[in-house]
Amino acid sequence: MAKTQEIVVVGCGRLGSLLASYLSNEGHNVVIVDAREAAFDQLSAEFSGFTVVGDATEMAILEQSRINRADCLLAVTDQDNINLMVAQVARTMFEVSTVIARVYDPTREAIYKEFGIDTISPTQLSADALLNILHQSPLVMP
Amino acid sequence: MRVIVIGQDKLAYFLGKHFVAKGYALTLITARREEALALSHKLQATVLHGDGSEPAVLEDAGAYRADVLLALTGQDEDNLVACQIAQKRFGVPRTIALVNDPANQAVFKQLGVSVVFSATEILGQLIEQQTDYKDIKALVPVADGDVHLAEVTLQADSPAVGQSLKDLNLQAAIIACIVRQGTVMIPKGNSQLQAGDRLIVISQAGAYEAAYQVIMGDIS
Repeated sequence: MAKTQEIVVVGCGRLGSLLASYLSNEGHNVVIVDAREAAFDQLSAEFSGFTVVGDATEMAILEQSRINRADCLLAVTDQDNINLMVAQVARTMFEVSTVIARVYDPTREAIYKEFGIDTISPTQLSADALLNILHQSPLVMP
Repeated sequence: MRVIVIGQDKLAYFLGKHFVAKGYALTLITARREEALALSHKLQATVLHGDGSEPAVLEDAGAYRADVLLALTGQDEDNLVACQIAQKRFGVPRTIALVNDPANQAVFKQLGVSVVFSATEILGQLIEQQTDYKDIKALVPVADGDVHLAEVTLQADSPAVGQSLKDLNLQAAIIACIVRQGTVMIPKGNSQLQAGDRLIVISQAGAYEAAYQVIMGDIS
């Protein structure tokens, strides 16, 4: 991601605020959306992007976050269904080229992967990482 | 017919009752445990407590055999995901979603939900129809709302009175039927309109205001 990108981050929790702060530091133009204004307190002091207060499943809010110009959208609220909906709207209605949704529920993640939505499941990633460590240490495995 | 309803409160209850009365095999999925328990006592239906957008819950609800699924929760995103999983994972042929944000209607259609309706829009239209046009009764939107069917009663001062149909420039609308003193007439091009005639007007959704203007004059 060498050149400056237009990036929309939906959800300003721990992950969203971290991502937005990093990407803004790397010189990208970031817009971050969250339903609660207080959530933006978690952004780093160097964050130089825009913030939009509102529910991202509302079309008007997505339009306000300049999604029509975005190269990339990251849907990382704490609600799987919001992330899945916003990701599909971004891809289908606004033709955003890179769209990724965070999905906690691995079964739901598997279904949406099948129909072509890029997803990341923290549950699955943690399980894989933990199992990996266990398999490497003979003490805990019989 | 096997129907799955995801929802809560009175809407789920009365709709459920309606489906049961029609003899449908109903499974109701509701989020709150106490409500599920209460509904299971009141309805001749299978009631599940859980998240209707969760694949395991849908499977328990018999989604593989369902003919139709209705997602009626207050959260648009939950309704969308429930319909998509029902359709794509379990092959439910017909999915119906409630949207709260009317702008999401087009989105849901594009994303594969069979029928999408917006309570906000329906109520908005009802109120508009009641208040704006006293002499116009909108009967039903048909063809997915693309066509309007309305009944219009001509007043003595309506511009169309005394004119023949072929002289009225209705553009994307036709007068399908004239009811004159209780008698139904199928209109011809030279039929002359009289005050008190009730006209059944069929128009394209976007064209009805212009057509009514020609028939009734200034209606605002």
